[in-house]
Amino acid sequence: MAARASRRRRRPGRRLSRRQEQRRRILRAAALTVVLWALQPLAALASLRRGARKRLRPPGALEERAFLAACIKCGQCVQVCPVQAPRLADLSDGLGSGSPYLDPRMQACDFSCDALSCILACPTEALSHGVQTKEQVRAGFARLARPDACLARQGKGFRGRARGARFAGRLRYAEIDRWHAIPVRDHPYDRETCDLCVLQCPIGSSALRLVPLDVSGAGGRPRFTPEVRTGCVGCGVCEMICPVEPAAIVVDPRARPKSAYSGDEEGGS
Amino acid sequence: MSFLAPVAEMLGRAPRRPERYTEAAEIAHGRKRGKGMGATRLLEEIARTAHRHTWRWRRWLVLLSVNGLFTLSYWLDIQVLEGSMTASRLLGFHLADPYSSLLVSLAERRLPVNLIIGAVTISLFWGLVGGRAYCSWVCPYHFVAEFAERLHLWLARRGIVRDHLLHRGVRTLLWAGFAILAFVTGRTLFLTLNPIGILSRAIIYGPSLALLWVAVLLAFEVVYSRRAWCRYVCPVGLTYGLLGMKAPLRVTYDLVRCAHEGECRKVCEVPHVLEMTIKGRSPDVKMDVGPDCTRCGMCIDVCPTESLQFELKGLGGLL
Repeated sequence: MAARASRRRRRPGRRLSRRQEQRRRILRAAALTVVLWALQPLAALASLRRGARKRLRPPGALEERAFLAACIKCGQCVQVCPVQAPRLADLSDGLGSGSPYLDPRMQACDFSCDALSCILACPTEALSHGVQTKEQVRAGFARLARPDACLARQGKGFRGRARGARFAGRLRYAEIDRWHAIPVRDHPYDRETCDLCVLQCPIGSSALRLVPLDVSGAGGRPRFTPEVRTGCVGCGVCEMICPVEPAAIVVDPRARPKSAYSGDEEGGS
Repeated sequence: MSFLAPVAEMLGRAPRRPERYTEAAEIAHGRKRGKGMGATRLLEEIARTAHRHTWRWRRWLVLLSVNGLFTLSYWLDIQVLEGSMTASRLLGFHLADPYSSLLVSLAERRLPVNLIIGAVTISLFWGLVGGRAYCSWVCPYHFVAEFAERLHLWLARRGIVRDHLLHRGVRTLLWAGFAILAFVTGRTLFLTLNPIGILSRAIIYGPSLALLWVAVLLAFEVVYSRRAWCRYVCPVGLTYGLLGMKAPLRVTYDLVRCAHEGECRKVCEVPHVLEMTIKGRSPDVKMDVGPDCTRCGMCIDVCPTESLQFELKGLGGLL
């Protein structure tokens, strides 16, 4: 009662006719529509941000445009992943917000599930059922981004925890437990020449191998270099396990080797 | 006509005075002239039912259980209900939100099998259980919006804010608009803005910046327009409304008992469905509340004369 009285006091003589009120409702509705539509270009703009544009997507992801069209943003790929490699993008990814991506340095896809569970879980086939084995995945392509930092190229070995005592990432070590991934920090290494990336690559020598360079390392030690080969699927395990900071080897999302595919693709599609 | 009018009202048409009344309704309306329950008795009854929240507690229990099941499935890995509000699997069986599925199919320009299975299953379920019952019994945004609504009403009573009504047709327009936009641009803008998805993902997978958008929507509802998203925007809700047009689970109205004091319309999220409770507006003595009704049961709780009841059509005796 009091509220009604005070309103009347605040707005003296301002009683709208039915028609006026109706017109206002339509105008407000129109304004709301305009505001919501205006968010489309805004969101599209946010998706153009470099970080958002170059996302490493889970195995089997369709080409980026089709992937974003198809993803229903349910997060089932996150749920089924034994190592929870996919994360969901935030609002800063614009129209990609809520869609899954991988940050391989934090947690790569180690194919712990064997069955590509994320692809099987995806209800919209944004992760394509056409991909049935890990060898068929084409998420990205590894690249030795900082060759000078690479321990193998300096002729150095590696002892200890690959990523320090606090690193939360997990990896399946077949020799320890075939079925469950364990934290990387619980599995120290002792390698005469650092070859962690090659050692842990889930694909094997068709994707990554160590090639001898020369013997000019400190104390005449042999130097090696990791060589990324056409079988690389872009899972990111090499980037995750690389013990130097920042990683010497990285995965370029959706990249493929420049002149790769005429005949030398092993296991082909 | 009797079937189309409530649908047209859901899509945005303003409710009209009935052109014809049944004979029974004529008599019932006639008897009410000058008579009724008696003002004192009615006030007593209103005071009695004002704090009754039977259906609200039942509803919140279901809503929190469903959303909790999603979260537990992830955190404890019990794998019962995996995914989130937009799409999920219940014990491995695909479920999908029909409107989100429509948008994805339009944007992707094809129909993934699992998505069809999921969307059809959900459509059948809510088609039977009662369309927009999804909104009030499951939707996490509805839940938080209820608290924003309380705050809005509290501020409105003090004259600090005022409710601004919008033309309800805008929801129909946006429903089509988001679909066209998805088809033309190949991008699902709605799924980015959808506060149901954002909240559901936040509850299950942890908070995100996107919650800021939800906060913006809630703030808008508090200071400018009561329940704006659910009333004027949400195409997900409209889709469930359309699917539940013939749902057997209904709120029904009894003209003879009604005192027309209007408590029900004050608490209703979609008061246009309760237009028949206005004196002289009900064309029949027994009426079904329209398809836009979310079956939240708040009107039932608050009704001082028990004129509004849940009914399962065809199985009325069981409820």
